[in-house]
Amino acid sequence: MNNETRTNYKWVGKRTRRPDGVDKVTGRARYGDDMIVPGMLHAKILRSPHAHAKILSIDTSKAEALTGVKAVITSAAIPDHPLSEPPYPPIINDLHDISRNVMAREKVLYDGHAVAAVAATSEAIARQAVKLIEVDYEVLPHVLDPLVAAGPDAPVLHDHQYTFGVEPEPEKPSNVFRVISGARGDIGKGFAEADVIVEREFTSEPVHQGYIEPLACIATASEDGAIEMWTTTQGHFVIRMLCARLLKMDMAMIRVTASEIGGGFGGKNTVYGEPVAIRLSQMTGRPVRMVMTRSEVFRASGPTMGSHTHIRMGAKKDGTITAAEASVHYQAGAFKGSPIGRAVETFFSSYTIPNIKVDSYDVCVNRPKVAAYRAPGAPMACFAAEGAINELAQRLGMDAIDLRLKNAVSDGDESLMGTKYGRIGLIDVLETLKKHDHYSAPLGPNQGRGVALGYWMHGGGLSSVTCILQDDGTLSVATGNPDIGGSRSSMRAMAAEELGIDIELIKPIVADTGSLPYSHLTAGSRTTYATGMAVVYATREVIDKLCALAAKKWEIAVEDISWEAGQAVPAPSAGDGIKALSLKELAGMATKMGGPIAGHSEINAGGAGAAFSAQMVDVEVDPETGFVSPKRYTVVQDVGRAISPDYVEGQIQGGAVQGIGWALNEEYIYDENARLLNTGFLDYRMPVASDVPMIDAVLVEVPNPNHPYGVRGVGEPPLVPAPAAVTNAVENAVGTTMSALPLSPPKVLQAIEAVAAAGGDD
Amino acid sequence: MKKHLITATVNGDEVDFTCTAEQTLLDVLRGELQMTGTKNGCGTGDCGACTVIYNGRPVNACLVLGVEVAGAEVETVEGMAKGGDMHPLQQKFLDHAALQCGVCTPGILNMAKAFLEKNPDPTETEVRFGLAGNLCRCTGYDKIVRAVLDAAAEMRASGS
Amino acid sequence: MTSNQEIYAVSPEGAFRTVSQLIYQAPETVEAAVALLAGGDAGTRIFAGGTDLLVQMKEEMIEPTLLVDIKKIDEARQISIGADDVRIGAAVTGAELGEHEALKTLWPGVVEAVELIGSEQVQGRATIGGNLCNASPAADSVPALVAAAARAVIAGPDGSRELPVSELLTGPGQTALAAGEFVVSLVLPKPPAGSGDAYLRFIPRTEMDIAVVGAGVSLTLAGDGTCAQARLALGAVAPTVRLVKAAADILVGNRLDEQVLDALVSAASDTCSPIDDKRGTIDFRTKVAGVLAGRAAKIAWQRAEANR
Repeated sequence: MNNETRTNYKWVGKRTRRPDGVDKVTGRARYGDDMIVPGMLHAKILRSPHAHAKILSIDTSKAEALTGVKAVITSAAIPDHPLSEPPYPPIINDLHDISRNVMAREKVLYDGHAVAAVAATSEAIARQAVKLIEVDYEVLPHVLDPLVAAGPDAPVLHDHQYTFGVEPEPEKPSNVFRVISGARGDIGKGFAEADVIVEREFTSEPVHQGYIEPLACIATASEDGAIEMWTTTQGHFVIRMLCARLLKMDMAMIRVTASEIGGGFGGKNTVYGEPVAIRLSQMTGRPVRMVMTRSEVFRASGPTMGSHTHIRMGAKKDGTITAAEASVHYQAGAFKGSPIGRAVETFFSSYTIPNIKVDSYDVCVNRPKVAAYRAPGAPMACFAAEGAINELAQRLGMDAIDLRLKNAVSDGDESLMGTKYGRIGLIDVLETLKKHDHYSAPLGPNQGRGVALGYWMHGGGLSSVTCILQDDGTLSVATGNPDIGGSRSSMRAMAAEELGIDIELIKPIVADTGSLPYSHLTAGSRTTYATGMAVVYATREVIDKLCALAAKKWEIAVEDISWEAGQAVPAPSAGDGIKALSLKELAGMATKMGGPIAGHSEINAGGAGAAFSAQMVDVEVDPETGFVSPKRYTVVQDVGRAISPDYVEGQIQGGAVQGIGWALNEEYIYDENARLLNTGFLDYRMPVASDVPMIDAVLVEVPNPNHPYGVRGVGEPPLVPAPAAVTNAVENAVGTTMSALPLSPPKVLQAIEAVAAAGGDD
Repeated sequence: MKKHLITATVNGDEVDFTCTAEQTLLDVLRGELQMTGTKNGCGTGDCGACTVIYNGRPVNACLVLGVEVAGAEVETVEGMAKGGDMHPLQQKFLDHAALQCGVCTPGILNMAKAFLEKNPDPTETEVRFGLAGNLCRCTGYDKIVRAVLDAAAEMRASGS
Repeated sequence: MTSNQEIYAVSPEGAFRTVSQLIYQAPETVEAAVALLAGGDAGTRIFAGGTDLLVQMKEEMIEPTLLVDIKKIDEARQISIGADDVRIGAAVTGAELGEHEALKTLWPGVVEAVELIGSEQVQGRATIGGNLCNASPAADSVPALVAAAARAVIAGPDGSRELPVSELLTGPGQTALAAGEFVVSLVLPKPPAGSGDAYLRFIPRTEMDIAVVGAGVSLTLAGDGTCAQARLALGAVAPTVRLVKAAADILVGNRLDEQVLDALVSAASDTCSPIDDKRGTIDFRTKVAGVLAGRAAKIAWQRAEANR
């Protein structure tokens, strides 16, 4: 049964009450640091002040002697693991690296790298104890820039790392872990056919996800080996898996409960303090609470990569893009694993370009290990590709949307890495943007308008759901996905739609790892898609069981029963006098007639659909200071089907504003010793309410045929084109190309002065 | 170690607690008083997640010392709803989907409440500048601003 | 039970001293405060709004031993408009300044400068004296106070003295206060008719940032509409606030025409010796200092005209 083409839904697509909302507006909801476990100790981490150094020795004796300190550990307390071997999966995260990121072993590799940890009876004592740990370092030269790091003379972070994916095999270790390339057609021929060729270099700086709630966890170890963990995370099953593997423990012995989560955006997809807290709890026999300060979050949790892209694109006079070539260096931070494969996949994926070549380099530098951030690998690739396309449009004298329409992919086309597009809504999205008021609104003085288009494929993957029918006809829906943005609303909307009962009779919860099979992260825009799909299947199993119950009750064949509007309805052929039974009535009979009714589903959801987000931004630039003020912002996005339109809009608006921050002011700033200078929200400048306008989120629905309700992931696509759109607006306001993010006022002012010196704009 | 015994009024109730001179009001609320509705986003006054109303003014609890609130009145998010009835701001935040992860919400609710008391009929721009000290990373502020404007309208209409 | 009672907790003998012994006192008179300061060591700090102090403590840039809270001292909390001058207590907050209609009429630039410090929440705590004495080169209150020719009223073991604000600040984070002294209040002249002042700053966002450049202008117009007196001060472009001495030469006797403005803008830029840091580059600060000086001068001029 596929509801893809239905439009007369009762709950799906409606603005319904959010089930966790009241607890959040009253302060009752409990986030990572809102849990108090009796007897808990407080842990603090000693962090490296050096960007690159050998650890010669660590003396913890003075810290251990401090009254109130119950345990002090170094990496010696955490098992070592072998490196991964080729061939490597597209996304590599190996335990060798993760254990070292959790606590440094031979070397420290970034300012803020964890070196040791203390558990004490108060946070003040733990902070004091950390200062008493003496570490002997041999400071080594450091490298921050990915191009420099990729070069032959750079200090090498990992002596065992030889670049994978190049021929001939290298003889010297390198900071470049891997090269991933993709190509199709004949790039030389493609450029030969072009009438206009654009060639640019684009750079972007690392930016942090910027979640307002710092990382926090409490680990409670029992003497029999069981562990209870409370943590703020996007994926408690992943946390459990990583802790078990890192610490060589049995998975079933670790039970992780996800707290409410105060933002993640990909940054809470992995372990930081959890394995350390577990070890400290095991050693002390007491629960151990570990919370990062904001400064630690910036110094030691993963931002997304900075990038350097060299790009060339060629097009014919009529706007047909004939060739596109890109070479991109992504900074992985201290350990390999930036998502270069995603870069290759997403660079030119919105366009039917016959001749493409992309080479991507995963480069280690002395910065914190990167983590995912909302469409990892895509926004910087899009920044370059869309920047080149906007310049092409300008030089061809073609409208920016028309150039994209001319080259847009449609159903059945293939991306560079071979992903075949099913039903997609790209043309719909572009045409909707073109028809929008914003497109033809007049611009004021010193204002410019920008356009960009982003692509993202969302995840599917493993999700497990159990639906439990209570005997009063209410339904509990247990999923394994932390709720970051209101997904509990969507889960129960889909369940209510399937069952045909009032949505308020359905109570969704996020269950712990002991109560459900594996569910993958709330990330990758996969939750409404994959977990929603599992909710639908689990609900259908409940319906099947209810129909079986009715069949038993009526003594007719179950094939003669259908489920309609919350009732089991007998076919007329089954006989007269059989009255339909409601869910509530059947639920009340269940226990007496066989037992409680539950439905469950454990799936590996395939069929992810591509999503496209087209954005238009107006900015005003102060010509004397370079100050940029976004004035109007429109996003048109294909969302498949908006189960909870309020929250779909919210995802779009949030992603757009993150993009504004990325484009204008966010960046990591280091001193000459590679120590992070802006470790707080004062100088890591995220947009505040007065920095941005309303974000007009226009939802286009081209249902994804692979999901019962047509869902496409919506969380990530809105960030992908946002930096490019804002940049294009600034370019048009200022009258020259801008290629280096962030477009902070000094850079914009410089550009303005350059245009004036060259004799005026355009 | 020197501790002070402090009595203050929190959400209309008299409370007492002990604290060192270094502990902030935020430390005291979340630690000694176990009122975790006020959140710690940065501890340095840059994010507004710990906004409480202190003697009638919105402040960052991380920048007030526990020792100095003796005899003062503190209002936190836990005191906004009265006996099961939510404050119009709380209701409008739900109606407008003005929260996603919700961790910035208690601070924003307190700031908005104090702001509307001084400026009950604000423009969109005034609301944005009034909330500039409250970072939100999830919503992009759009629905938050709409919720505050709508709550303001309702509060004007009902004379509250 | 009194509401603030000190309890001593017992620590085991011979144990490593684990936590700092920070003492908090809240004297109710200037004399009591001076006595406390006299008894304190190098770790004594005046505590007003705490919006700099507590941040520095949290980031472990300082480890105070004694906090002297001056918020209970009347002279530090009052605003009084006299016949010849205006007194503002050092511990008056930005929010309170913004609510004082009379002060806003007399010195709108000084008030708007202090009101720019931080968010609404910070405004409820940050004080004019605290912002001044923290002595950040980028402090918002300072250019406006220097343009206003404000003086600091200082209490100490040898009694009371006054010092122009421009002489109070001696370097980044450094003041001319001797041991045992603190700023009790600020005194500003009562501006004559035809006066106006203004403060502008540049920040990369719309709020919440430390000034990349700040410009404070105060001027008085003569009966014929030309400038009779002018002061222009720049912040965040040097280790301490810079008074642009040429400003008076350029403005006095003239109207604010394009030529005068251009000269003022250049003079402002020429006075700068900024640094490259995480908030701005040398080139940028130099250029924008000129731009802001011109814009602030125009606003001050408009206000002065309205007051003639």
